[in-house]
Order: sequence, then C-alpha cells, then structure tokens
Amino acid sequence: MLTYLGRRLIASIFVILMVAIFVFSLLYLTPGDPAAIIAGDQATPEMVARIRQSLKLDEPYLVRFSDWLLQIVQGDLGNSIYTGQPILQQIGLRFGPTLSLMVVSMTLSTLVAIPLGIVAAWKQNSRVDRGLMVFSTLGFSIPVFVVGYLLAYFFGLKLKWLPVQGYAPLSSGLWNWMRHLILPSIALGSAFIGLLARMTRAAMLQVLSQDYVRTAKAKGLGQGEILFRHALKNAAVPITTVVGLGIAGLISGAVVTESVFALPGLGRMTADAILRRDYPVIQSLILLFSLNYLIVNLLVDITYTFFDPRVRY
Amino acid sequence: MHATHEANAQLQPTLSIRDLTISFRRDGIWTPAVQQISFNISPGEIVALVGESGSGKSVTALSIAGLLDAKVSRVEGEIFLGGQSLLTLPERRMCELRGNKIAMIFQEPMTSLNPVLTIGRQISEVLVKHRGVSEKEALREAERLLEQVRIPDARSRLTQYPHNFSGGMRQRVMIAMALACRPKLLIADEPTTALDVTVQAQILDLIKDLQADGDMAVLFITHDMGVVAQIADRTVVMYRGDIVEEGATPEIFRAPARPYTRALLSAVPVLGSMADEANPRRYPIVDPVTGNPQPAPPGALTVDTRSEPLLVVKNLTARFDVRTGLFGRLSGRVHAVEDVSFDIKVGETLSLVGESGCGKSTTGRSIMRLIEPTAGEIRLDGQDIGSISGAQLRDHRRNIQMIFQDPFASLNPSMRIGSAIMEPMIIHGRVSRTQAHDRAVDLLEIVGLKRETFNRFPHEFSGGQRQRICIARALALEPKLIVADESVSALDVSIKAQIINLMLELQEKLGLAYLFISHDMAVVERVSHRVAVMYLGEIVEIGPRRAIFSNPRHPYTRKLLSAVPVPDPSVRLKSSPQGVTEFKSPIRSVGYKPPVREYVQVGDEHYVLS
Amino acid sequence: MVGANDHLSVLPVTETGGRRARRTFLRHSGAVVGGSILFIFLTISLLAPLLWTSDPLSVEPMDRLQGMSEKHWFGTDMHGRDLYSRVVYGGRVSLLVGFSVAFLASMIGGLIGLFAGFIRPLDGPLMRVMDGFMSIPPIMLAIALVALTRGSIQNVIIAISIAEIPRVSRLVRGVVLTLREQPYIEAAISMGAGPLRVVFRHILPNAIGPIVVQATFICASAMLAEAALSFIGAGTPPITPSWGNILAEGRMLWQIHPAMVFLPAAALSVTVLAVNMLGDGLSDIFDPRGLGKS
Repeated sequence: MLTYLGRRLIASIFVILMVAIFVFSLLYLTPGDPAAIIAGDQATPEMVARIRQSLKLDEPYLVRFSDWLLQIVQGDLGNSIYTGQPILQQIGLRFGPTLSLMVVSMTLSTLVAIPLGIVAAWKQNSRVDRGLMVFSTLGFSIPVFVVGYLLAYFFGLKLKWLPVQGYAPLSSGLWNWMRHLILPSIALGSAFIGLLARMTRAAMLQVLSQDYVRTAKAKGLGQGEILFRHALKNAAVPITTVVGLGIAGLISGAVVTESVFALPGLGRMTADAILRRDYPVIQSLILLFSLNYLIVNLLVDITYTFFDPRVRY
Repeated sequence: MHATHEANAQLQPTLSIRDLTISFRRDGIWTPAVQQISFNISPGEIVALVGESGSGKSVTALSIAGLLDAKVSRVEGEIFLGGQSLLTLPERRMCELRGNKIAMIFQEPMTSLNPVLTIGRQISEVLVKHRGVSEKEALREAERLLEQVRIPDARSRLTQYPHNFSGGMRQRVMIAMALACRPKLLIADEPTTALDVTVQAQILDLIKDLQADGDMAVLFITHDMGVVAQIADRTVVMYRGDIVEEGATPEIFRAPARPYTRALLSAVPVLGSMADEANPRRYPIVDPVTGNPQPAPPGALTVDTRSEPLLVVKNLTARFDVRTGLFGRLSGRVHAVEDVSFDIKVGETLSLVGESGCGKSTTGRSIMRLIEPTAGEIRLDGQDIGSISGAQLRDHRRNIQMIFQDPFASLNPSMRIGSAIMEPMIIHGRVSRTQAHDRAVDLLEIVGLKRETFNRFPHEFSGGQRQRICIARALALEPKLIVADESVSALDVSIKAQIINLMLELQEKLGLAYLFISHDMAVVERVSHRVAVMYLGEIVEIGPRRAIFSNPRHPYTRKLLSAVPVPDPSVRLKSSPQGVTEFKSPIRSVGYKPPVREYVQVGDEHYVLS
Repeated sequence: MVGANDHLSVLPVTETGGRRARRTFLRHSGAVVGGSILFIFLTISLLAPLLWTSDPLSVEPMDRLQGMSEKHWFGTDMHGRDLYSRVVYGGRVSLLVGFSVAFLASMIGGLIGLFAGFIRPLDGPLMRVMDGFMSIPPIMLAIALVALTRGSIQNVIIAISIAEIPRVSRLVRGVVLTLREQPYIEAAISMGAGPLRVVFRHILPNAIGPIVVQATFICASAMLAEAALSFIGAGTPPITPSWGNILAEGRMLWQIHPAMVFLPAAALSVTVLAVNMLGDGLSDIFDPRGLGKS
C-alpha cells in the first residue's frame, strides 16, 4: 500500500517536472522571436528589448532553466510582464473564487451524475435510460459559455432569481457566497455531468454483466442489494478515475465560465493574461493547474485502495 | 441407498419440469432453445443433465432458478419445486426461494465471487437475507460452513478476499454459500469444468458427501461423461433443445438406446482403452442420426526410429522475474520451466501433460520462441534454434507451427480465411500468389472444408471448423513439427474426436511430428507415442505411452491418473484420502538454486525423477 | 465450451461484413440523424458563397447593429457585417478545425499508441510524456501555444491537436495491448510475420473501429475548444468569421442583442451534437457492449 502510493508520488513528481520543462521550452520551440510576438504588432524596438531582458531570452537555455526552476522551488514564480507585480501574490488574490467554483461544481455534478448513471444502467434500454443518454449528450455538446448565457438569461435577466455577475467571498455569508456560485457551477458542470453520468452507466453495465452479479442473483438478493452492495463498489474505481480526469476539463471550463459570469478568479486571470500575452503568468498558471490535477489524481489513487482490496502495488 | 430412492420416487418429486419450452429473441424473432422437455428429480437424487454446447442444458438450469433475462427470453410450460409452481411466482417471491430453497453453483470459480467483498460477508449475507439472523450469528455459521467444505483455517479466511483463494478453494466457497440455507435443490452448472483434474476429484467427492446425509436433490449439468458416470444416479441426455434419452446412469452407459447417446459415448475418451494398442488410433465415429458406427482403422507406425531425432531440447529453463516494491526490486522468480530435456523423432507424438501452472505451455512457447527461454538448448534437425534471432528466426519459423487452444481467438477476425491460410506462404515468399491460392484451396479440402468457404470470415464458422482452418494454416508451410497447445480442449467431445482423427490422419500422410500439450489424460493416451508428465516446471516422468499409463512410477503420475473420472458407473473412484491439496506455487526466492535432479531409468526409454 | 455442431454444419450463410455493418448503422437512428445533420452543415459551409450570402468581412459602419431585415436576415454586428453570412461562413472554420484536429490527433496519437503498445521499452517513457500532457488542461495548452505564436487557424489546429493526442494514444495503446495478447497475433508471429506485418495487417485493422469512434468525439470536442479559445480571445484572429469569434464579439451586447450570441451558439451546439450522435452510433456498431467509451 505504501509502496503503491510512493510509486504514484514519484510518477507525479516526474510528470510535474516534465510539464515544467515543456512550458519553459515552449518559449524556444515556437517559431519567430517570442519577445516580438509578446510585445505585439505595434511595439517599438525598445519594448521588445525590454521584454527580451525581462524574459532573459539572451541567456543560454540551461542556465536560464536552472535559475527558473530554482526560483520556483523557492516559491517565486517571477513577475508579470504587464503589471510587474509578483505572480504568486496575484494568484493568492484570485485563488478563492476559482476554488469555490470548482468545489461547488464538482460536488453538484457528482451528486447529480452518479445517481443518474446508476438509474440508467439499472433501467437499461428503458425510456428513462434513453432520455438520460440524450440529456447527457446534450450536456457535453453545448458549449459551457452557451449554457452559461442561457442560464444567465433566464434565471438572471428574466426571472431575476440569482445574480449573473461577480463573486462574494464566503466571509460575506454562506448564502451570499452560494448565490453567486449556483449558475456558474451549473454551467461549468453541465458537460461534466453528461460525461460522468455516461461513464457511471457504462461502468455499472460492465459490472452488472459479470458472473458474480449472477451469483448474487442466485443468492436471492434484491435489485437494491445487488446494485448498491455488489455492483457499485466494483464500479467505483472507473467512476472515481473519471472524476479525477474530469478535473482537467473543469479547469478549462472555468477559464470560460469565469469570463461569462465575471468571477475574479484564476480563469479570469488566464483570460486577461492571454489578451496581454503575459507569458510568465500563463506559464505559472499552467504549472499550478497541472499540480492541482496531479494532486487530485493522487487522491483518486488513494481511494482505489479503499474500494478495491486487490490494489496493493 | 438405491432402495430409498425408489421409495422417494413414490413421494412428490423435489423438482418437476413439464413441457418446458424456452425461447430467445434475436433480431426480433423468437427462436426456441429448449423444446417441450419434461423430467423429475426426487429428493436425495443426483440427476445429470448432459449434452454438448447448444443443447440447452445451461438454459434449462437458469430457467429453473428464474435467472433468464425476461426481456429477451420466454419460458413456457411448468416448473414445480415441491409442488409449488415457479413460473407463476412474482419476482419478489422468487427472490425468497433463490439461495434459500434453490441454490446454484457455476462453472467459473475465478469470476463467480465478488472481488471487493470479503468471503465471510458473501456467505453471511445469504443467511441474513433468508434466515433473518444477525450479522454476527451469520458469520459464525459461515465459519462452520467453510469448515464443512474443508477449507483449512476457516476463521481467518472469513476476512479475506477472493483473490487470496485458488480456483478450487473458490469453488468450495461457492458450495458453502449454496448450502448455507440447506436448499431442497442444488443446481450445479459445470462446477468442475474449469478445475484441474485432481481438484475436480476433490470437489466431486465433496458434493457427493454433502448430499449423502440429507434429502437435497442435485441437478448436475455437465458435458463430461466421465463426471456423469462418477456422480449421477440418473442421467438425462439433451441434444439441440430436446431430451433424447433418460434413465438410470448405469443403464445409459451399459445400453444406450438412442443413436445420439451412442455417438456421444463412443467419442468419450476412455482411460485405459488403448492398453492393447501399439500406435495412436483414431476414434470410431458413430453417426448421431443413424447410430451406425464407422470403426477406426488400426493405427499405423509413423515414427522414424532410425534417423536422428527431429527436435532435441536440452536443459531448457524459463524463469520470470517477480518485481515488487517502490523501485521494482527483484523479489522472486517464477521457475516456470526448470531443466527440461526431451527429444521428438520424425513422425512421433510426444505429449506434455500436467495441471495448470506446471509449465507445459511455457515449454511449448519456448520452443516456438514466442518467449525467450532463460537457458537451454533447442535443436531442430541439428540446427541450433535457441539462439538465432531476427530474419534468421523468422525464416526458421516455417519449420515449426503451432495450433492454439481457442479457435475463436486464433484467427484474425478481419481476415478472410483464404487469406489467412495464404499468409504464411506469402510471408516466406516461396511461391507465387496464384500458387499460394491453389495450395490454400487444396489445404481447405485436406482438412475437410469446402473450397467455397475460401472467401468467408472466421465468424461464419463453428469452433470445430475454425480449428480445422487453423490446422490448414499450420500445414501451409509444410512444417516438420506442430506444437498443439491444448488444441482440442475447448471443443465438444464429438468435435474433439473428429479433430484428433484429422491430426492422426495428417500424421500418417505427411509424417508430421507433434508436441501435444494437454491436461486431458484420456486424450493423451489416444494420440501419443511417448508421454512426459510435468509438475512444478519439471518433467517428473517420461516414457513410452503404454509404460506411463500401465506402469506409472512417479507418485504424481499415479495421482494424476487416479483422479481422472472413468466414464463407467461401475468403476467409481474412491474418495481421495489426502483430502484437500492446494496447488503449489513455482515462485521461489531470488537466491534459490534448484537442486540437481537425477533421472532413474525404470524401463525401455522410461525415466523417472528420483 | 465452444459452440460447435460440426456434424450438422448448416450454419446460416451470413451476409458479408459490409452489408451487415450498413444494416446495423441504419438501425441506430442516432447515428443516422447525427450523420445527416452533419452532412447538411457540411454542404452549407461548402456552398456558402451560393447561399445568398454577402462578404462576411465587408464592414458597413452605417448598418451597425441592425435587427433582422430583408437585407440582413439575422441583422448585423457592431461593425455592420452581415450576421447571416458570418454564421454561414463560420461553419467552415468550425468544421475545418474539427476535421483537421480529428485527423491529425488520430494519426499522431494513433502512431504513438501503436509504438507504445507494441514496443515494450518505449511504453514507459511515451506514456509518462502523455501523462504530462494530460495533466495540463487542454485549453491551457492551446493558450500557451497561441500566446507565443500569432493567432491563425493553423496554430489553433496544431494547439488543439497537441492537447488531444494523449487521449488517442492512451486509447490506441490500450487496444494494442489487448490485441497483442490475442492468439492470432501469436499465430502470425509464429508463422514468421515481421513486426510491421503484425502491426499493419493484424493489429491495425482490428483497432480501427475504436480509433474512428474516438476521432468522431475528438472532432466534436475540437469544435468546442476552438469556440472556447476564440471566446476568450486566444483563437483565430477576431476578423475571421468563426462561431466562437461571433459569440465573443456578441457577448458585450448580449443583453440587448441576444441573436448575436444565440445564433452562432445554436449552430455550434447543433453541429457538435450531430457529431457526438454519430460517434455514439458508431461506437454501438463497433463495440456493442459500450466498453471502449473512455
């Protein structure tokens, strides 16, 4: 068990290092002078030179890379080209809204999608099942921002039930915080609910076709006991895997969702950075998101040992 | 014992089936799988339901327990359990009967237990469900049940998971679970088919013992006439959804009345039937419709004893590393094949026999160079083939071909069978495309298929036909040696007999040599010139077929032979005195040095590991 | 036990593989509907100049932000460009991105998966690299690439393809690992087939089903990604008429001029839905038990 986790941990460290090398090397891999591109079309030669200097593009690759890595390990992500402020500090300011959005959206999606998937598998090929499948396909076919605008239009503008812009921190009261997050979370979760419900269904169907489910039936167990005691625990591993992998998609969605609902989070920070071509900020955000993904998936790996006694190493 | 049966038969039968018809819906059309069958099982009686695949025997069993999917199946007629009609019961009432009055055990012990629940939990939940006892009481009872099915150290095993159990042990757990509520009827669907023969003997013993002291009725479903003879009081023979014959087991075996039963029995390999034969001999084939026997010609001498052996294997060893821990530290080795030596002459069949995990398949695959042996020498026709590689190895491959166990998986599903047979000839570029085509057509006819089938895909053929195609493909390069790895094990008895006859016929015609790998002693006796018995990676005994079967010297060979069920109800095996034997593992520690073994000659070409 | 009844070998003469596949396809109404809608959208975007459109790039400052009219069926945007023409031409960009990414990612990811699955020593390193790419949210990868290059359709296609490659390679590797354990692969090796023959004659034809299905889903997700990128300003140059760009421009004005958001949104959603339905149908055909959908 410990060796299993140790191995996963080493693999994760290796992966994050690789991501670091990749985002760093991208500056050198892309065609053209990155400084000129970042500076934009109307830039003066002085501006380009300034960017060259701040990115230290003139120094040798390895020197620059080891410096950068050392800085990061010490917790210094560098400064923004645009504002000149330390990136870490900005991330700190923007972290709350995104974390809130992700947690609420993830909780909501899981609570909706997994029961739906179980029902669909249980009633395979029934009208309920087909309806749910159509619904789930719709869920991941409609772009996040379209869902966002539809929700904002009906629940914000027409019905005026919920705010469509901005964020309120948790310290301003639980309901106030929640109020601002409901619509963005549903918009962000729509695709994920579709995907997760469908994967839950597939995992359950796979399990329900196994010999041991036939054994459970032969023992005289009822539908409920078979579904929840025998099948769900076996399906848990693929389901949690999808939850873990879904994190990457949720972050992508958050970038867009935060723009739609004007949430001042990391997603919005990304969108701002891209308009300003603020590469150091983008670089740092990628590392942060990647780290987040790896931590969540490490947690998922730990839950495997809880669901499946065979996972040992 | 017999007298009580007759007395019981006067009472109400435990199970009574009347005009049972089962149909399945495929592509919107209802097709019957079982038609209008009727039979009874009395209390305390063991009835065997035998038949080949597609005969409808398993479907019948599932319909009794109400386990068929109601959406695609339709069950008509009547099924009574102790006078209660089952087909009219609502699902809720059926749930109360299943696991309680009707219990089932299945073929696949490896997959029939839930991998994420403890053994104790899986047994106790039956008791909690049907007896309404507390979880704690149920666990105590589960422990008693595990002891009853002779699982050692029952208490500590309650908290373990199925992956800690071997196949035989899992089947014991299944039996414990089935017997938990003392059912009136036990349905056993091929319960020993997936088990090794020595384990099978133990499980059959167990079922007989547990059944003897109650009045539980047993419906035993099997395709194996040997098992039927060993266990059943009465036998019901099914063929294509119909009952063709029914009667007391000794009667059925002594005087089968119907042509199909005769055909079935004639195809059953009988251990000891070859004691007077010098050479391998084909099976007599009985026509299943007319019942007319077509006797087999006497076996011909095919072995070339004068020239040098075709294949020489010396000190072959294959080990696999077992790595564990954080950095994949080498923690042990599987000694799959350990210091194995033998040779095969031109036109000779050497059989490698043994139970699962004994290393017989690894030996075959090492000779095929599908895996790299750790050490040893392999010579074919004097040429060292153990050390060649690359293009040289690919070129050499035409000399040895292989026929695999699963005829469904050994043909590329996206390739027409004609192309599949032509492929080896084209790879080796010895003939033109048209020549290859003509030869492929010839080969199809040689293995008994029509030339029109050339452009069909594998899924359009039955299992036996596919195995014929595989043989045709193997013959395409005119190999000198064919490695047949459990090539007939997955086939129904009658098909098995046909494929073996084909292989023997080809040997006579083409002077082929076979390395015949099998776990089935009776088949091995039929086809072999010489036999090597493998146990835990080593050959424990090797010698001429007659010597091995009539004068086995190694204790393991004797045990193996005595465990084979004899298809003769008058020769029932005695209970194995050794009780439970667990499969030993060939995994050793890293530093393990295998002891130097000596073989003692006990007869002409007959050697035993000392 | 193998189902075999040789003595009466009258197996029904089955239809050829192709005809059977076609019949199965027609039975899956989802695939038919999805395929038809996709075909219609494809035709519309190919024939865009003939469909009563005007130049989607022509700016008419006098006609800014008009409602629906004879002249401008869907009205105009903030630069006075004809919305109908822009939406019709926008299909070209979306479909081009979708199909190109599906093709590129399947080819490259497929090759990586084949190698990883077939050549043992390559498996570890290749898959760790793929894990690395998987850990970066797909949109961020594209953002990083686009930030360092000038926005263009090619760069968007390349960026999204790189993000999608890991998914394909993992799928293909999985399929190859399963297939290479099949006895027919061993049979091919034991008859002397070289590695190339094994891969291209025996493994690839049997892996093509899941690859095609996956390619369909990638096509759908690439169209969504292109729109999302354009939406946050990291996609094709704003002047290009793509559905994402129209949406991005319209979002400032959506409360007063909702058609500018909902028209391209509807076009995009319906197209993506059609592609996904097609993919679902295909996956039912290739893999009736639905196990390969991951």
